[in-house]
Amino acid sequence: METAQVHIPDNAEYRELKKFIDENGKEPGPLIQVLHRAQKIFGYLPPEVQHFVARELRLPFGQVYGVVTFYNFFRTEPIGDHIVNICLGTACHVKGASEILKVLEQELGIRVGGTTQDRFYTLSTARCFGACGLAPVMMVDDEVYGRLNPQKTLQILRDLRNAQTVN
Amino acid sequence: MSIYRTHILVPVDEGTVQAGVFEVKRRLEQKITEQGLGNEVKVVESGTVGIVGKGVILVVYPERMYYTNVRPGDVSLIVEEHLLKGRIPPTLKYASLDIQGGLKSLHNTGLTREQKRVVLDKSWKMSPEDIREVLATGGYKAVEKIFTEKMTPEAVIDLIKQSGLRGRGGAGFPTGLKWEATRKAAGDQKYIICNADEGEPGTFKDRLILEGDPHKLIEAMVIGGYAIGATKGYIYVRGEYGLSIQRMQQAIDQAREYSLLGPSVLETGFAFDLQIKIGAGAYICGDETALIESLEGKRGNPRIKPPYPVTNGLWQMPTAVNNVETLANIPEIVNRGAAWFRTMGTDKCSGTKVFTILGHVEQPGLIEVEMGTPLREIIFAYGGGVAGGKKFKAALLGGASGVFLPEKLLDVHMDFESLKENKAVLGSGAVLVMNEATSIPDMLFSILKFYAHETCGQCAPCRIGTHQLLQLAWKLREGQGRVEDIDTMLNLAETMQRTSLCPLGQSVVAPVKSAIDNFRDEFERAAGHSEIS
Repeated sequence: METAQVHIPDNAEYRELKKFIDENGKEPGPLIQVLHRAQKIFGYLPPEVQHFVARELRLPFGQVYGVVTFYNFFRTEPIGDHIVNICLGTACHVKGASEILKVLEQELGIRVGGTTQDRFYTLSTARCFGACGLAPVMMVDDEVYGRLNPQKTLQILRDLRNAQTVN
Repeated sequence: MSIYRTHILVPVDEGTVQAGVFEVKRRLEQKITEQGLGNEVKVVESGTVGIVGKGVILVVYPERMYYTNVRPGDVSLIVEEHLLKGRIPPTLKYASLDIQGGLKSLHNTGLTREQKRVVLDKSWKMSPEDIREVLATGGYKAVEKIFTEKMTPEAVIDLIKQSGLRGRGGAGFPTGLKWEATRKAAGDQKYIICNADEGEPGTFKDRLILEGDPHKLIEAMVIGGYAIGATKGYIYVRGEYGLSIQRMQQAIDQAREYSLLGPSVLETGFAFDLQIKIGAGAYICGDETALIESLEGKRGNPRIKPPYPVTNGLWQMPTAVNNVETLANIPEIVNRGAAWFRTMGTDKCSGTKVFTILGHVEQPGLIEVEMGTPLREIIFAYGGGVAGGKKFKAALLGGASGVFLPEKLLDVHMDFESLKENKAVLGSGAVLVMNEATSIPDMLFSILKFYAHETCGQCAPCRIGTHQLLQLAWKLREGQGRVEDIDTMLNLAETMQRTSLCPLGQSVVAPVKSAIDNFRDEFERAAGHSEIS
C-alpha cells in the first residue's frame, strides 16, 4: 500500500498527534477532529501528515485527502507566521472589501493563497466571519479588524511587522 | 447572594473586544472598588446587546442607560458622576445614537427601540459564563418543569406543535412535526443536532445566542432529546467562531457539574449528554444532510432525499437537526405555553424573528421583533434608514440565497407566507441594505462568486452551472456581455433549480431572478444595449 512507503519521521510532533489519535480515534467519525489537531500541531497538512492520519485511523489515503481538500479550513501548503484573512461576503463586498483586497495584494506583493517570501504573512479570503456589522472586516490570526479603509489596513499590517521586529 | 442597586452590563463580542472592552472593564472594576461601591454596583460581562460598530458599550441597569464608544478615559467620569452622584455626564455619548446633551427616551430610536425578545431575552441580563447567574435568572426552569410536572415526551411534542414554532434556519418546517417524526421513527439510538454552522453571509444571529446565552441552547437540547428519545446531542459550530466554541464548552462543563447533563439529568434517570463538533468551513454544511456527513468525518456532500434525517440521519439513525434560533425558542414555550407564543407574530408564523441589519444603514446590528414586522420598519425605525442621507435602492433578504427587493416592496411583512407571496424568502434573517450608488450586476457577481466557490461539486448542474453563471456575470461586469446573456443566466438558474441535488444549487435562482427581474435596465446598460439610458 502507498501509505507504507511514505517515510514518517519519529519526532515530538508526530508523537503528540499519535497520542491525540489514540485518545480520540475510537469515537465514530474522528477524521475531521483529528485533522483539526494535526493542523494545529504542524501548521498545515503536508502529504506525509495525511498519510500518517490515514494509517493511524485505518482509512484509505484518498478519503483523508478528499476531506482535506473539501474544507476551506485545511491547508496543504506551509503558511506564514500570520494569516491575513479578508472577508469577501456580501456585507463586506457592499462596503468595499475588494478594494481592501487590492491594497493587501499590493502591500504584500502576493495573490490570494500566497505567502510572503519571508514567511511572515499568508493572504487568504473568507466567506463571512459573522462580524458583518463591522464591515469591511479582516482577521489577522484570531484578531478581528473592522471598519477597514486602505490606510487603516496598511497601518495594521505595518504595526504588526514592526512589533515583531522590535521583539 | 448579595443584592446590588446597580448592574453594569459589559457586552463582549468581536466588535467590543476590538474596541478594547477588557481594558474598560478592568478600569471600571478598579474604579468601583476605589470608590467603595463594590457592594452596591456589580459589573457583569454579558453577551451582545445587538449594537455593533459603536465601540465599547456599557448598559447601566435599572436605568437602562446605554453608553456607546466608551474609552478607558471615560470610566472615572461614569463612576464618579453617574454611579456616585446619580448624574449623567453630559459630555459622554450615550443612548443608541450619539446624542449629546439631555437624556432622550432610549426606547424609541434605533437598535435600542423596544423589541419583543424571546430568543435573546436574557443574553444581556446575566453573565453567560456563570451558571449560577443563569439559574438565578430562570435558566433550566423549563427542564425542571417537564420533570416535576411529569410531562411525557408526547406532551412536549404536542406543546411545540401547538405553539406553531417553525424552523428558523430558512425552510420554515414545523419543529413539532420534525420531533414527532424522529420520535416515531424506528432506531435504537437517536440524535439531536444543533446546526450552528452559521455561514450565510450577512448573518451572525446564531453566534450571538451561542455567546450570549449558551445555557439556553443546552436547555433546549435536553428538552428536545427527551422529546424525541435521544441520549446524545451534537452542536456543530463553525471553526471561525472561537468565542462561541469556548463559551459553549464552558457552559456544557458547568451543566454537567450541576447534573443538567449526564447519565441522569436532575436525578430523573434520563440520560443525555452533549458534544461540540467543530466545522471546517464549508457553506454546504448548512444543509442538514451535508452537516450529518461532515459530523461523520466525511466530505460534506449532501445526501439524496428521501430518506430524510428524521429516519436516516447520523449513522443512519433517526436524527432531528434544528437551527440555533429555533432551539432558543423552546425553553420559553415550555415555561409560558403555546398560547402565549401564538400571541406573537402572525397566524401561520408565530413568535419572533432575529434580523441582522447590514450594509448602507445608519445603525447596523441585530434586532428581534415579531414575525410579520414590515421590512420598512426594520430598515428605517430600527436600522435608522439609509446612511449618509442617500436614497434606498434595494434590500437583499436572507443572505446569498436571498432575494433582491426593490423599493416598491418595502412594505412587505417579514414572515414566511407574506414573503413567499412576493417571491422572496425569509432565509436566515439577514437584511442587507444597498443605497442608490450600488451596482446590482456587481452585487450579483459577488454572490455568484460565492456560489462558485461553495458548490460541493457532487452534482453536475450545480458544479457547472455556478461557474457558467459566474462567467456570464463577469462578462457583464467587464462590459463584454451581450443582452442575450441576461436571459441565458435566467435560463441556467432555472435549470439548476429543477435539476440540482440539494438546496444550494436549487436556490441560485433566487438572487439571479430577483436581480434581473427588478433591475433589468441595469443589466442591459451593463451589456451596452440599453434602450433606457
